[in-house]
Amino acid sequence: MTTLGQMELSRRTLLKGGGGLVLYFAISPRRLPAQEAPGPTAEPQQLPGSLSDSPFLDSWIRIESDGSITVFTGKAELGQGIRTALTQIAAEQLRVEFSRIELVTADTARTPDEGYTAGSQSMQHSGTAILHAAAYLRRMMIGFAAEALGVSANDLKVEDGVVVSSAGDKRSYGQLVSGRSLHVTVPDQAGFFDPENYTVMGQSLPRVDIPAKLTGQQSYVHDLKLDGMVHARVVRPAKPSARLANLDTSEVEKMPGVLRVVRDGNYLGVIAEGEFQAIKAMQALQSAAQWEGGASLPADADIYEHLMRLPAVSTVVHGPETPTSPPGGARIVEATYTRPYQMHGSIGPSCAVGHFQNGQLTIWSHTQGVYPDRTAIAEMTNMDEQAVRVIHMEGAGCYGHNGADDAAADAALLARALPGRPVRVQWMRDHEHQWEPYGSAMVVKVQGSVLVTGEITSWNYEVWSNPHTTRPGPAGNLLPAQLISGAFQPEAPTNIPLPAGGADRNAVPGYSIANARVVEHFIAEMPLRTSALRSLGAYMNVFALESFMDELAFAASVDPVEFRLARLEDPRARDVVTTAADAFGWNDWARRPGHGRGFAYARYKNLAAYCAVALELDVDRATGRIRIGRAVAACDSGHAVNPDGIRNQIEGGLVQSASWTLFEQVRFDGDGIQSADWAGYPIMRFPSVPETVGVHVIDRPGEPFLGTGEASQGPAAAAIANAVADAIGVRIRDLPLQPERVRTAMQV
Amino acid sequence: MIGLRVNGNRFETESDPETPLLYVLRNEMQLNGAKFGCGLGQCGSCTVLVDNRPVFSCLTPIAMLAEREITTLEGLGSIDNPGPVQRAFIEEQAAQCGYCIPGMIMRAHALLSENSAPDEAIIREALEPSLCRCGTHMRILRAVHRASKGLQEQASAAGESNR
Ligand code: FES
Ligand code: FES
Repeated sequence: MTTLGQMELSRRTLLKGGGGLVLYFAISPRRLPAQEAPGPTAEPQQLPGSLSDSPFLDSWIRIESDGSITVFTGKAELGQGIRTALTQIAAEQLRVEFSRIELVTADTARTPDEGYTAGSQSMQHSGTAILHAAAYLRRMMIGFAAEALGVSANDLKVEDGVVVSSAGDKRSYGQLVSGRSLHVTVPDQAGFFDPENYTVMGQSLPRVDIPAKLTGQQSYVHDLKLDGMVHARVVRPAKPSARLANLDTSEVEKMPGVLRVVRDGNYLGVIAEGEFQAIKAMQALQSAAQWEGGASLPADADIYEHLMRLPAVSTVVHGPETPTSPPGGARIVEATYTRPYQMHGSIGPSCAVGHFQNGQLTIWSHTQGVYPDRTAIAEMTNMDEQAVRVIHMEGAGCYGHNGADDAAADAALLARALPGRPVRVQWMRDHEHQWEPYGSAMVVKVQGSVLVTGEITSWNYEVWSNPHTTRPGPAGNLLPAQLISGAFQPEAPTNIPLPAGGADRNAVPGYSIANARVVEHFIAEMPLRTSALRSLGAYMNVFALESFMDELAFAASVDPVEFRLARLEDPRARDVVTTAADAFGWNDWARRPGHGRGFAYARYKNLAAYCAVALELDVDRATGRIRIGRAVAACDSGHAVNPDGIRNQIEGGLVQSASWTLFEQVRFDGDGIQSADWAGYPIMRFPSVPETVGVHVIDRPGEPFLGTGEASQGPAAAAIANAVADAIGVRIRDLPLQPERVRTAMQV
Repeated sequence: MIGLRVNGNRFETESDPETPLLYVLRNEMQLNGAKFGCGLGQCGSCTVLVDNRPVFSCLTPIAMLAEREITTLEGLGSIDNPGPVQRAFIEEQAAQCGYCIPGMIMRAHALLSENSAPDEAIIREALEPSLCRCGTHMRILRAVHRASKGLQEQASAAGESNR
């Protein structure tokens, strides 16, 4: 048999065959005219998406001889609808019924290692890998069928997993794979794509996971029930870095149902037969434990000065080494923007189930990264990685690095203390609020200038931030590993470099601005533990940058939308801006007192989805309360596999960002974190959500997938801030835009 | 021993009478619909109906519930035959992670059984105790409007055929 690696066909070659749905060249090189057989490539090409790390076809797709098809992804369903979208891609490219495909998600024993499900990269990584793998597999099947039937591939088409010749001869995928190995490398340019004729990709298919979730089927790791399963709860220190000085566990051990009190250094937990028994034992342990010492936190009001005094690594990440001075005659604008710590605040506190038996540890977790989590847990428990299996099951939406991995580590420690019985641990609300890693507090200072002609003559932007990723991989990044005796130390955090960026994500303007200069001050020391929260630094940077664009537009007396369009060259960027503005009715908007409109745009990471937001709101003069009315977003995610899924993400991101922007701030003082529940950390409730949210998806068939999940966070925040400034005539630069702050601003 | 009536079935539990209903539903009766979110009455994820009124099952001890009529998400319909409110939520694709949605559905169901044609403000007020972190609010509102429309159509159809 010819090796498949040699069967490479270039896309150009394939397209020469014409644009029909099922025109294929024979897959075997001997059927190709000599001059079209691929020559040796000078350099090995980087394979698309996650194929670059997992190039084997059978890592992604398996077909059994009974015709059943399983697709594997190392990414996890997080409520973003990835299960449905990835299945659509496979179904389209394989030309099989959507419902026939089984999709297996992140499991260290079964799926490829795709790192973290983060950064809105599932479609770019996994989607692209599956697109190419499935397209290649279909070509292989046609090639096999051509040989089996002795006909030309041009004579064959696929109907729901069956290759059919024009004479009506058939071979099913199941028959064709029988006795053959799919353990072959997927070549670059593996497929033949004809987006004009897609019937599954591009459709807003209903999400496959929703009916089960809405009728109470087992859908989340929280719902997992295993034979003999017992329940655990943890007790955390009184405040970060406090030491467990004294504890008598004898009373707790006698409580009904209690099976084990687990104590290891400053780590404390309890396992009981029943869940409520575990909660009562946890409460008893909490009152019995005496803690001493612990980090002394500054007051939350002083955090920005505190952060700016800490050692920082300062780098000019964009533009000239030295700042450009504003020329004479230009209007100079200076602004300082702040953003407090904000939390993921998952509605379901973190949960995991661990089972330790015969030296094997299995963890069911809503982690975003089963492989890195496995590495960390193996290191923490001093086990061989091969003896640890981490299986993803859904949790409540996480929006980044929340308590999931730490809860998985809890399950590991607790299950090891009670071998043979599956142990389910769930955090209480205060654990989630007080111990999840937060989105970093940040400061941005900008100085810019503009001429009356509207020309921007200088732009000097500086951002101060704590880390935006302290995810496990190293055990020291797991909270429980920091608490056990022989504590693991957290790894020295690093910043994610541009172009994606971490602290500086979206700090570089997407506009053409001569001599724009961007400096990042990366502060590694964390007064409060921080990590990835949906969109990382982009939320703050887009808030600041797009607020500042409005400030400059105002100084130059130019309409903010016009001001943006004047320095946007990318036609796709211009498209989302004009689509959002037109859909909102920007140009014939009617002003009335207390009413404002705001606009903002960003391309997420300057390389993923494009998103623009226009909205209007009312500010109540007496209370300072902001009420968002109509919000409109436009988005370009490249080829839209499931437009309604994109709308859901953009709309959800916009509403979530509105909650961050209007309400959210982690409260703390010398005694620790004071935001211990939803009363201490209010988020948006129904009466405050926008009146309407409309999302316009600009589809780009055939274009690469662009990550969408975090695209609207930044633009929504800036559009709100801009609309508030428009409504009250005063700019508020400190988040959140709470009523008190709005009232104070109006008095000035 | 405490006897509970859940979704029309009788269930006896030997759990401590102060155990909140939520844990009995989830762990003893394998009813996953009601979720733990805060245990404090702040988020509504655990909402079930007791005598048709929404309550926080995370705060309600089973001792208070003997012989009361308890309805959970599972009592409204099944995956093969979802109830009208569930169906409206599915049709509107009103979920992201979906964790908060069972509580939303229970609250919407309670509202619509009292008032089949609530306006937007009334719906928002009724759902106020329930938090959603994914920002699915707009879809949830659309789903409740859709369910309400369905109920009114049903009622008018029934009215026609009774005539
Ligand atoms: S879990 Fe009952 S109100 Fe939050
Ligand atoms: S859909 Fe995730 S919390 Fe509401």
